[in-house]
Amino acid sequence: MSRLYLARNPRVAARALDGEMMIMSGRDSNLFTLNKTATILWQAADGLTPLDEIVGRRICSEFEVEPSVALQDAESLARDLASHEILQLSEHPIPQFNGGVAR
Amino acid sequence: MPELAAELELFSVVLDIGGIPVRLNTGDPVFLRMLQERYEGFLGSSERAEIEFDVDLARGKLADPDADVQVSQTDGRWQLTRGDFHAEWEPLSRRGRIRQSANPYSMDAVLRIVHTLVLARQGGFLVHAASAIRNGRAFLFAGVSGAGKTTISRLAPPHVTLLTDEISYVRKHSNGYTAFGTPFAGELAKVGENVSAEVSALYLLAQGPENLIEPVPAAEATRSLLANILFFAEDDELVRSIFDSAFEFVSRVPVSRLTFVPDSRVWELIG
Repeated sequence: MSRLYLARNPRVAARALDGEMMIMSGRDSNLFTLNKTATILWQAADGLTPLDEIVGRRICSEFEVEPSVALQDAESLARDLASHEILQLSEHPIPQFNGGVAR
Repeated sequence: MPELAAELELFSVVLDIGGIPVRLNTGDPVFLRMLQERYEGFLGSSERAEIEFDVDLARGKLADPDADVQVSQTDGRWQLTRGDFHAEWEPLSRRGRIRQSANPYSMDAVLRIVHTLVLARQGGFLVHAASAIRNGRAFLFAGVSGAGKTTISRLAPPHVTLLTDEISYVRKHSNGYTAFGTPFAGELAKVGENVSAEVSALYLLAQGPENLIEPVPAAEATRSLLANILFFAEDDELVRSIFDSAFEFVSRVPVSRLTFVPDSRVWELIG
């Protein structure tokens, strides 16, 4: 089974405030507010850690959910975030990822 | 050849909006008069405009003014395009060119866009908000169309100075923010006064059964402010600037929700 790697899109602006992660697209200035799971994915998206590891370490420990269900939901969410160009996805590590760490 | 000399003569007007003088050069005295009338109260006398545009007038009407605006930058030159105008502007040389038909609406749009680009680099912004000065302090009333910007402006007591009922002009300074009057009017169809004052509060407008001011959490305040800021450019760096500016503004200026019934008693709560 192939693994999925996530990286933050460096073209977006991101900040957390009062526990809310806000992201603005550099392409069209659209504003997104991430829910708790999406925020976990965003914060963990270093381009090097595969999604199944993020789910195992960060999501299953946070929510009472079956790992297989959590992985399926997380992948769906990651693809949704990628469709808005918030995340970049690849079946290979994304070494060119150059930061964009949320403040 | 006096006729030829007359054809080559350029007429200029300086528009001083937000303390940023913009000179417009046109070969058409009728268009010049139109600009002078449209921007009465905002005519500057400065010989040292910060930005200068040559305006080419297209014969007849250009295409659809409702078409989407496109604003992008290539090699330091901004291109601003809508159905009814095309403009280019190079910040380094401070010069640009506008091609439009002889109407004030296209010019209004170009000016708004140019000011958003200038302000974005300075920590300021244009925002969908009415604004007014009371007792020397400026108050912003933000909201989408229908939220009550024009209504609250119309209800203002006589001693209140209206800056705008539609688009507020906010500049950052070392200790806070200043709101300036703008000629960008909404339904009130009345240009604001060309004065400025320190911003004291931002109110997010809502209409309801009673007059009420409630605090707004910082995240919600920031989200609401960002939703109302005017910005058109496809530019990562400037988007990031606008994004950061909204957070900075909310950290410095109190933001509340103002629910009001449409009568003048709401102004008893302001200031």
